[in-house]
Amino acid sequence: MTIPNESKKSAHITFQLNGETTEASFAPYKTLLEVLREDLALTGTKHGCELGECGACAVLVDGEPVLSCLVLGLECEGREVLTVEGMAEATDLHPLQTAFADLGGAQCGYCTPAFLLTAKALLDRNPNPSRDEIRDALSGALCRCTGYLQIFDAVESAIVAIAAPGGNGSTPGGRR
Amino acid sequence: MSERPHNVIGVPRRRVDARAKVTGQTRFADDIALPRMLYCKLLRSPHPHARIVRIDTARAAAHPGVHLVLTGKDLPIEYGILPVSQDEQALCVDKVRFVGDPIAAVIAREELIAFEALDLIDVEYEPLATIADPSDALQDGLDRIHEYGEEGNVHKRVAFAFGDTEEGFAAADHIFEDTFFYEGNTHLPIEQHASIAAVDPDGKVCIWSSTQTPHYLHRALAKVLEMSPAHIRVIATPNGGGFGGKSDPFNHEIVVAKAALVLGRPVKICLNREEVFYCHRGRHPVLMQFKTGVKKDGTITAMHLKTLIDGGAYGSYGVASTFYTGALQTVTYKVPQYRFEGCRVFTNKPPCGPKRGHGTVQPRFGQEIQLDKIAERLAIDPAELRLRIVESPNAVTANYMRLGTIGLAECVRRVVARSQWAEKFRKLPEGRGVGIACSAYLSGAGLPIYWNAMPHSGVQIKLDRGGGVTVFCGATEIGQGSDDVLVACVAEVLGIEPFDIRAVTGDTDLTPVDLGSYSSRVTLMMGNAAIQAAERARELLADAVAAHLEVPKGRLVFAARRVFDSEDPDRGITFREAVCLAEAKFGTLGTVGSYTPPRSPALYKGGGVGPSPTYSYSAAVVEVEVDPSTGWIVVPRVWIAHDIGRALNPTLVRGQVEGGVYMGLGEALMEAQVFRRLPAKLSNALVHKNPSMLEYKSPTALDMPEVFTDLIEDPDPRGPFGAKEVGQGPLLPIMPAVANAVYDAIGVRIDEVPITPEKIVKALEAKKAGRPARYGPAGFPTVQWPEALRVPPPWEGGDGHAVNDPPRPRSDKKVKVIHT
Amino acid sequence: MMRLPLFRYEAPRSIEAAARILAAEGPQAMLLAGGTDLLPNMKRRQQTPAVVVGLRQVAGFSAFGTTGKPANGDGVITLGAGMTLTQIGRDPRLATWAPALWEAAMQIATPHLRNTATLGGNLCLDTRCNYYDQNYEWRKAIDFCMKKDGKTCWVATSSPRCLAVSSTDTAPALIALGAQVRLVSSAGERRITLADLYNNDGMQYLTRRPDEILTEVSVEVRAGWKSTYWKLRRRGSFDFPVLSVAAAARFEGSGKNARVAEARIVLGSVASRPLIATDAAASLAGKALDDATIAAAATLAANIAKPMDNTDFVLGWRKRVTADFVTYALRHLRGDDQRPVRERFTHHGLLAIGVKA
Repeated sequence: MTIPNESKKSAHITFQLNGETTEASFAPYKTLLEVLREDLALTGTKHGCELGECGACAVLVDGEPVLSCLVLGLECEGREVLTVEGMAEATDLHPLQTAFADLGGAQCGYCTPAFLLTAKALLDRNPNPSRDEIRDALSGALCRCTGYLQIFDAVESAIVAIAAPGGNGSTPGGRR
Repeated sequence: MSERPHNVIGVPRRRVDARAKVTGQTRFADDIALPRMLYCKLLRSPHPHARIVRIDTARAAAHPGVHLVLTGKDLPIEYGILPVSQDEQALCVDKVRFVGDPIAAVIAREELIAFEALDLIDVEYEPLATIADPSDALQDGLDRIHEYGEEGNVHKRVAFAFGDTEEGFAAADHIFEDTFFYEGNTHLPIEQHASIAAVDPDGKVCIWSSTQTPHYLHRALAKVLEMSPAHIRVIATPNGGGFGGKSDPFNHEIVVAKAALVLGRPVKICLNREEVFYCHRGRHPVLMQFKTGVKKDGTITAMHLKTLIDGGAYGSYGVASTFYTGALQTVTYKVPQYRFEGCRVFTNKPPCGPKRGHGTVQPRFGQEIQLDKIAERLAIDPAELRLRIVESPNAVTANYMRLGTIGLAECVRRVVARSQWAEKFRKLPEGRGVGIACSAYLSGAGLPIYWNAMPHSGVQIKLDRGGGVTVFCGATEIGQGSDDVLVACVAEVLGIEPFDIRAVTGDTDLTPVDLGSYSSRVTLMMGNAAIQAAERARELLADAVAAHLEVPKGRLVFAARRVFDSEDPDRGITFREAVCLAEAKFGTLGTVGSYTPPRSPALYKGGGVGPSPTYSYSAAVVEVEVDPSTGWIVVPRVWIAHDIGRALNPTLVRGQVEGGVYMGLGEALMEAQVFRRLPAKLSNALVHKNPSMLEYKSPTALDMPEVFTDLIEDPDPRGPFGAKEVGQGPLLPIMPAVANAVYDAIGVRIDEVPITPEKIVKALEAKKAGRPARYGPAGFPTVQWPEALRVPPPWEGGDGHAVNDPPRPRSDKKVKVIHT
Repeated sequence: MMRLPLFRYEAPRSIEAAARILAAEGPQAMLLAGGTDLLPNMKRRQQTPAVVVGLRQVAGFSAFGTTGKPANGDGVITLGAGMTLTQIGRDPRLATWAPALWEAAMQIATPHLRNTATLGGNLCLDTRCNYYDQNYEWRKAIDFCMKKDGKTCWVATSSPRCLAVSSTDTAPALIALGAQVRLVSSAGERRITLADLYNNDGMQYLTRRPDEILTEVSVEVRAGWKSTYWKLRRRGSFDFPVLSVAAAARFEGSGKNARVAEARIVLGSVASRPLIATDAAASLAGKALDDATIAAAATLAANIAKPMDNTDFVLGWRKRVTADFVTYALRHLRGDDQRPVRERFTHHGLLAIGVKA
């Protein structure tokens, strides 16, 4: 096996990241996960295995949840990527973020970005999923803290909040 | 000051750190990147047991991009979490003890280079005998893994006799003897352990680490680096899940600190998933034998428990784990005579340690299944049997555990009612069943890990003229919500909002010591310390406000960010004004609080493990569906009730209960930290069978059943606002309840975890063939037990001491004996 | 963090260009479609191609086409190898025209992985083994294995060949559907039945040459055929199959007079290739799918399953339940409401996405 010396940041891409045109230069062996965390300093995207076995690194690429540990940075040219850093509007949380925060959807918070983005993709495609559809959509990320139930509850609460007049995402029972 | 209804405590509320978590702004250890940072990778042993003959690092060190290579000789001082087992080295010096034991570290500009350069380190090994399991470890004459311990590969043996169990067995109408096996499993936090160390501008070293115990890491670093603790700063970053797996000081933490000190540059390590499996410190595999005598009405007359514990390659918390396997059998049900013998052995596998429920999970599994068998034999409903024998509040047990409030009976009644137990038990169609089990757990260990007389938790409060409050505590946020408990307690006492408070936690430079997030101690101990600090602050404010308003201090109320007269609420001032008044009167405002657990009546040697200020209780009913042809098992529903004392934030409490149920179901049905021994004729290899998120099976969103949670609130005066623990207890009843439900469904006993379709099929085949309808261990091997410490129970006139002298420690190497 | 080794990346825009790269580079070049198989293998250093040929930008690689009138039970569907499994799962036409494929695709891995994983990638999925799908350091501890860097097959140390397991879900389903695949190289192209793509050898598990690209799969849609796919895995998602059964049958007559005219039964994950249960399928010919007929076929099918101790679950149990799974599949084809059974094994996952009896 050839052992590398220092690799150059010889890969360059331009893509839409959280709604902004973004350029990135990185070593060509890097996955989107590494580019986001190390070359763009967006550490909200987590990792738990880097092999596609835990789902913690999920981001939305062109609106669909994918595992950033299994996407080459090189293959993101021109694509649209959304990370957890792009979910809130200025300081206004996305209704899913509000619901997760209020209803115990985040314990240690490590898998939370993946669950939030996955749930967002689900609701963007299907604004009124059943509990079974929520479980199914979220079955690609592991959580070791919550037992998932408060996550399901939070998604259901966000559905109601989004559908409510104004859709501002305030959920009952939550206080700052 | 008047008693008022609570404003913060007991209200379902967004936790104080939730916003950071849902916006991805919580900074976990691996999220920290510093200028000029280098990456570290560890070379790990490919041998389960071998002497290191030679290490040559020259080729790796010369590789472009590599800045440093460290080996064991750079960090030779031994350390370990317990003072009695200082048996680890950051990088192995003379021998390796399991596949994954680290022997060298490469620090390079890129992680990829560090990883690839590991292959350039040449190591010559001389293989030793592979000690694969307890049966190997109990054999005489094989290579020893450690030079200390009882003898051979026996690490620790303990024996206690609390009363004369022979007398108790003689008085019994029935005697039950059952053997159980609990397979090992691991924590599997989604966050892999990470640490980053840097030399401060002032020349001190600072390490950010995903640790549950920054104080103990601080001590280990000072020891191994031979530095004053005053020149080492440990910052515990929020843990991306811990569950006990980040409670030991780890080799990688010490290595990056050393590397940063050598290079003067920040050095980071983030373990890969395989390496996390090698850190382990998870559930010990335990073989158990229970002998229990009962009267016809179910009353227990005596119990004799033996445990054989597979410890893996190092001590870790293992001595404490050994005691824990026998400590809590007495705190749920009345056991008048109790005998316990436990033996932990070393094997060439990653070290076991504390996982959620530390050491008490395995015997709870056996005890609760045996009770189910007893109930059936006595023709008593198993829920009713438990109600008959539940211990009394404030009792002192046969082994001198002093109990607090006990909500167990109410827990049982609640799950029985909600699950419609009476309509289901032994009444569901073939293939469906329900099972019940109970448990108890500590609300914090009564003693610290190293002997000292100082508080277990300290809290400082700083009051700002602007009305803001900063609260400092060494407690560590591992997802359980410790920051939220800290802030909630202070907010409640001072009558302000949690959002007005900043919590500074887990930083050995800035925060007073809290021993760490383990043994379910944080809410009770830190909470009490926080209340004390906050009450002292409130006293100062009240003195100043009483003088200002000319209202007797006792009539002042702190609520809604105001301080006012309870008899004339309009007469008052803002909290902010109150702070200014007090600062003018007393000078700069700051208070402290601390907590030390009450002295335990267990005064015998070994009695330091098990005592707690108070215990939580849980009961669970689990429903299962089992396919008789394939043995496939599904859990559709779980009912659980938990005696929490008082729920400080019910949203978080429910999360802990459901998380415990989840993890319990994983242990019950699929999780297993198991190993492969290659054919001995061809290889010495003993490797982890499935060190990956894919093949170490943990339940997904689709595998989680519905859970119906009830909280039983009977405030315990020992807890903050009456609170007891919730982080660990609710896991415990799940595994035995699943096993009992399988029996109700198809009439076979699965006396071990995980309970898999294969085992169910085997048990069904045994039943069909007329053999005992069970799957489980056949027996318990012969162990040379030491003479038991004889401790007469309180009702036999005992005073908590043993009547025979404690045996002297036989090991010459580790003579410092600490009650842990 | 696990890191990829260094490689050169090529992104051709046509199959022809991709084929030229393969021809020029030889076996040191590997194809990257969704990346969900190759990239983990590269991170574990099981596969270390010097050149990675990304197929994302190849025009038409994920196209879905039809000829004839599949809706009327008389046509052919053509699936581009670059179709993602999500693309297949979200197409209700496929649920009707090729139920076995659709059910298989929807049960692969996780929703996230299905969003990038491709049909071609799943058909060419590297064979799997608990001694092989491990990190470099782990494999060093067993002195490696026959499939990569070592000599011995640790699954059965006397085995002359690698016993890694075929773990593709779509292959058994598509073989049962009688699919063909198109292989393109710079020298030309060939069409073979999908069944002929596989060898029962964990290392040389494909008959595809290194310079060939699997570009499309075609399936005839004919009236009278029914098909289904049954998968066994421990959890509701993530896991590869440890046993699967695909069954397809053409029925003549209806109701009580329905007779099987012809059938195909394929077992997955119990050998290094999908196993065609020829005898079991033949035993159904001309018969009604009564319980006795199903039981006989299930026994015949289970006889050929050769699970080894290199996946999740105990091998003896996997062999034992093969008959159960064949039974479920055939009952499903018979028209029984198998949803309760499906629910039990999928943990309700399929109900959410509309699997019908």
